[in-house]
Parts: sequence; structure tokens; C-alpha cells
Amino acid sequence: MTVPRYTREIPQRYRLEAGRCTACGKVSFPPRAVCPECRGREIEEFRLQPRGTILSYTTIHVAAEEFAAQTPFVVAVVETEEGARLTAQVADCSPSEVAIGKKVRFELRRIREEGKAGILQYGYKAILE
Amino acid sequence: MREAAIAGIGMTDFGELWDASLRQMFTEAAVAAIEDAGVDHIDSMYVGSMTPGLFVHQEHIGALLADYLGMAGIPAGRVESACASGGLALRMAVLEVLSGASEVVLAGGVEKMTDGVDATDALATAADQEYEAFEGITFPGLYALMARAHMEKYGTTREQMADVAVKNHTNGMLNPRAHFRRPIERADVLTSNLVAEPLRLLDCSPITDGAAAAIVTTTERARELGVPVIRVRASAMATASLALHDRQDLTTIPSVGRAAGRAFEEADMGPDDLDVLEVHDCFTIAELVVMEEIGLVEPGKSGEAVSSGLTALDGKLPVNTSGGLKSKGHPVGASGIAQIFEIVEQLRGDAGDRQVEGARIGMAQNMGGSGASCVAHILEAIS
Repeated sequence: MTVPRYTREIPQRYRLEAGRCTACGKVSFPPRAVCPECRGREIEEFRLQPRGTILSYTTIHVAAEEFAAQTPFVVAVVETEEGARLTAQVADCSPSEVAIGKKVRFELRRIREEGKAGILQYGYKAILE
Repeated sequence: MREAAIAGIGMTDFGELWDASLRQMFTEAAVAAIEDAGVDHIDSMYVGSMTPGLFVHQEHIGALLADYLGMAGIPAGRVESACASGGLALRMAVLEVLSGASEVVLAGGVEKMTDGVDATDALATAADQEYEAFEGITFPGLYALMARAHMEKYGTTREQMADVAVKNHTNGMLNPRAHFRRPIERADVLTSNLVAEPLRLLDCSPITDGAAAAIVTTTERARELGVPVIRVRASAMATASLALHDRQDLTTIPSVGRAAGRAFEEADMGPDDLDVLEVHDCFTIAELVVMEEIGLVEPGKSGEAVSSGLTALDGKLPVNTSGGLKSKGHPVGASGIAQIFEIVEQLRGDAGDRQVEGARIGMAQNMGGSGASCVAHILEAIS
């Protein structure tokens, strides 16, 4: 992820900033200009509570080169209490501890290094409660 | 009212074709399709290719390939919808013929995947780069998320998924153009290397080189050419959210249900009218979910249907007689057209040992990424 692109996404990666449609209440992560539910254009931004529930998960054994040193690692789809959906790694766990329906919290963690420059990039990972 | 038909088909062998370049493969398939149709020219061309820029660092392939086909001068461009690029190319050709703008249009697909690029990384560009791939998820990983959810919700088993791969390899054995022409057993799938749990290596379609092409014209012109008339009864497409996590139910692929529904409506048909199908089995779980979305079986019933032989070559409703993406191979941009190649061979009665007796109507279902786009075609042999 190039540095300008990564920098633009810091509000989401560091602070979980999402959007809520003022017309229908649909929550989107990241915030969008157009509500995917009702096409409303008035979106208020807010920070998600860093908590959620695992909807599904997988243990990755074959990864793209930049994640290859981390395998095996768990990636899950998590739904937050506000109804936002995020794909995130589940850190600090044995894959056998992970299950659909388990509660997690989000923490700021190192995600990857930007290839040629080696710049560290941070973001959210899920931790089992 | 104009009617579109497939008048000619061509494809390369699928496999790791280290001696063949992207342009050589495409030219071989396109020339074969042109000769098969017996046309002396094409009016225009659409090329489906997911990411030649990443795989071989070559963009602008519409013009390149028209030139290498000896057709420089015609309108030609590349269309892209990830792994559904081939299906989209056919759809554009069909619409161009139906509009009256052209009489003879070539729809092709090509992907050159084995020139040394990190294919896992290149394929991941079909996912949401900022909110999926950034976190380390891979393509097998996205389908693994669907598989886990399907197992949890419906009790679908690892063995049922393995049976999809076993069936498709059994069919691929009979296809001279297939990448993997060898039988596998359930136990082979269940003990193959883990890729993204619960999916293993033999749940996954391979990294493949290949190209395929089809000539689209009017049914009237096809009759004049003296070729078997394979009418395009429906050409439909639908989309859904790019990120898997944004879909309400992770056990569904809504774009498939929408595209198939539109295709059935356009053709005034239903699933019971189909004699043969080619579906997008990029992973074993994909074939199961797609069967449910098309309406071949109720949601949650696909696993037992496959294990009971419903979709085997000698079953009531044969699916992926070519071997599917799993055994035939999956050069992503070419797969949508290669499906058409198989359906046309079946409807012409030219499928040899894979022939489904009396096949008259077939569907090809081709999807992109984790299913954010889907193209469905229904073809019918006209006597």
C-alpha cells in the first residue's frame, strides 16, 4: 500500500471512523458519499466501538509474499455492535480457539511493511475476548 | 428482432504453457474460432483479460491482438470484470450484434499467468485492496470464509466439497484440452496441503495459461454460413458489493442469483429447462453456492446433491462436463469463453466422451472475484 494511499486511510485504520446515513441509518465502513442502502447523500461520520462478533473465519496457510512470514494466521469477518462489517486478522490466538460467534475487540497493531521502502503500516486486528 | 448466435469456437490447450506468449495463445484460439465459423472477416473484437498489466506487464491488448490477428483497423478493446472478464466480453459482443452495429464480432478471453509473477497477489486485486487484501486475506481465504459459514449454517461437510473436485477431475480426464487430466479421490482432497482452512489445495482451481474465442453473429448469418446454429437465448449480468464482508449472508453470492434470474427471465425458462451447465468452480465451495443461487437445488442442499451424483456426467443435471475450472484449468480472463466452448460442443453433439445425450439447452455462469460480478448466458441448439 503506497504511502499516500495508506495515509488517506488512517482515520479508518487507526480510529475506525465509519459513516451512518442520516436518512435510513445504514452504517458503512469506510464512510461513503452515497448510502448503499437508500442512496442518501447525507452521511454523518462517527467512530465505531472497537468490539464485535466473528461471523466467519479462515486460517491462511498460503499468503501473498508480504504476509508469507506470518503464516499460518487467522482472518475473520467481524460485525461490530453498530452493524459495520470488517475483515481483520485475529491476533494473539491459536487458530483452534477461534469460532463463529466469539466476541472480539479491536486493537491497533502492525499489519505489514510497504514493500520496497520497508515502511511499517498499522491498522486494526481483532483480539479474542 | 435480431437474434444472436455463436457460429464458431476455438481454444488453446490449457496448462502451464511456458513456450507460448499471451499474443500467441490468443491468436491460436481466435484463428481457430474464425476458421470454425468460416467467416472471412470480423467487424470488431472484445478481449476479456483480468490483468495482463500485472501478469505480463502488457496493457492495451485489444489493439495488440487485433494486429497479431491480421485485423489491425477493426474496433477492438479489452474488457475486465476480474475472473468474469471472458463472460463480459461475450456479453459485449452479443449486445453489439443485437444492436445492429455489427454482423460478426469476436469475443475472446486470455490470461498468461505463469510468467513468474506472484499470482496470489495479482489475483487479490479482484478483492477490495483497501479493506480486504490489506489485512492479508487471499482469494482462497475469501472462499474459505464462505465455506466455513456454509458448514456452520447448513452442516455442509468437507467430504461434500471434496466430491466437487473428484467429479470435475473425472470429467476433465475426458477433455483433451484440460490442464489436469488425472483422477483424484476424496481422500486426496482431504489430505492435500492446507491453503486457507477449511480449503485445501485440491479445492482450488489451478494457475493456468490459456485462451479461448467465440464468433458471435446473427442466427440468420449463422445459417448462411452453414454452421450449427447455437442461439444465444440470454445474456445477463449482475453485480454485488466488492467486499465479501458487506454481503448480508456469507453463504450466498447474490450476483449469481440476480444474473441467473435475469437470464431465465430473458429466455423465458427455468432451471428445469437446462440440459447441461458450466459453472464457475474456482473453489469447490463456489460450485456448491452457485448451484443454490441458480436454483438447481434449495439453499443448503448442494453438498448432498453433488455427493449423490445429481451433477455427474451421467447424472440428471450434469455440471462442468469440461472438468470445470478445477480440472480444465482457470486462466482467469479466458475461463468465461472456455465455458462457452464447452457448452457449444455439447449442444453441437461434438463433446466426444463427455457428450450429454440430447443436450439442447445449456447455461454458462462466470463470476468475478468473490462474486461481486456475475455473467450468465443461456445457449440453445436450433435445428
